[in-house]
Amino acid sequence: MKNQQLNEKYNAYVEARIPKTKPWPSLFNSFWVGGVICLIGQGINDLILYLFPSMAQQSAWAWTLIIIIGIASFLTAIGVYDKIGKFAGGGSIVPITGFSNSIASPAIEFKHEGIIYGTCVKMFTIAGPVIVVGVVASVVVGIIYYVIGLF
Amino acid sequence: MQTIEFKNRPKIIGNYAIAGPKEGKGPFGQYFDYVMQNDSFGEKTYELAERKMFEQAVTGALQSAGLKSADINLMLAGDLLNQIISSSFTARAFNMPYLGLFGACSTMAESLATGATLIDGGYFNNVVCVTGSHFSTAERQFRFPLELGNQRVPTSQWTVTAAGASVLSMEGEGPQVCMATYGRVIDYGVVDVNNMGAAMAPSAADTIITHLADTGRKPSYYDLIVTGDLGKLGAEILIDLLEEKGIRLGLNYSDCGHCYYTREQDTMCGASGCGVSASILNSYIIRKMKKGEYKKVLLVATGALMSTTASQQGESIPGVSHAVVLEMGGK
Repeated sequence: MKNQQLNEKYNAYVEARIPKTKPWPSLFNSFWVGGVICLIGQGINDLILYLFPSMAQQSAWAWTLIIIIGIASFLTAIGVYDKIGKFAGGGSIVPITGFSNSIASPAIEFKHEGIIYGTCVKMFTIAGPVIVVGVVASVVVGIIYYVIGLF
Repeated sequence: MQTIEFKNRPKIIGNYAIAGPKEGKGPFGQYFDYVMQNDSFGEKTYELAERKMFEQAVTGALQSAGLKSADINLMLAGDLLNQIISSSFTARAFNMPYLGLFGACSTMAESLATGATLIDGGYFNNVVCVTGSHFSTAERQFRFPLELGNQRVPTSQWTVTAAGASVLSMEGEGPQVCMATYGRVIDYGVVDVNNMGAAMAPSAADTIITHLADTGRKPSYYDLIVTGDLGKLGAEILIDLLEEKGIRLGLNYSDCGHCYYTREQDTMCGASGCGVSASILNSYIIRKMKKGEYKKVLLVATGALMSTTASQQGESIPGVSHAVVLEMGGK
């Protein structure tokens, strides 16, 4: 018990000493880089619709995602995306490009452990939780949607 | 008594330090025996690169001692990778009797203390101690892939790419290992794996307090008291913890991890890893001792004994620190 109190006291002391990140510059960088990524996505989408006027909006969205995920994977492979991420934080993690980076980076990192046990197994170590939460959330929302539809 | 005194005073007769390119651009770059051109060091994987660093460190230390590998009776080595592969595989290459040590980043002091004990006891003539770390192998084992675009928290430290080796012997010239204080494992309940300085500082404080009490010395007895890889925050905490006990560390105190990189290198709280104290001891400190700038040095290498599994299961991070006293000349 006494030890626990001492530990709590020490942890409180450490907490007070920890250098804090300045929130406003981080938020600002995050905001504008995230915005630029979305702007690029919208630009690609508009360009596709301009070049192929007969294409359905849904297909254009799909193509946009494929292209922007491809670009992010490429930037990860040439070692640029981690530098963007270091600068922008959430701004480059939250868009789908961040998701692409989180799958491409372990795939590259663990290729020496073999295609199956390295690349394939490790590919979703970071993105896995996002996928699980996404699936669970959609199940929950689906149930709510169904229950509301009953009335 | 946790502190033992070596009556025969084994000497560090050979030393070698190798570091990565980022480390080479730091304040100690000019002191390292060899600075690598790139992190992969011409190898296919970073694990192989780390092993090659170890091998080069051992070869270099043997050369500096003027010995052949057949002259060595025992290799003491440790590293951060699971099952300390860099150490064992290096021992395989040299065909020496080998004891693997795991003291995390305290390995340099742990191996020197153990080696000096074995030599002082009269069981071995020449012992080589080697340890090191590699940024890229540590990142992938403990943290995230290199190319992941995440941000580092302000308390984090940068694992150094560096290795160092020392040859201990009764014959020859060099700094003498006079005393060793083997540290206890101390845990103040820090769970944040990104704040290893705070996790290790209490163990460093415990070892220093014990050492000073055992020997009846004051911090001012030493020309240099140097901790391993507490980093900026950890070093500040250590100073506070010692002040609480009425021990004031003066200007003769420094932390290897804190001063390993320049401010522009953006490593937050500084450096961490086995390579920190290994490379600085085997380059800067020994060179300055041989020049006579430091006569009495207390090296306190600090280790965070964490594992990814234990941390994920919510365990706190235990720390251990071992101290060795190095003196130039004397009796």
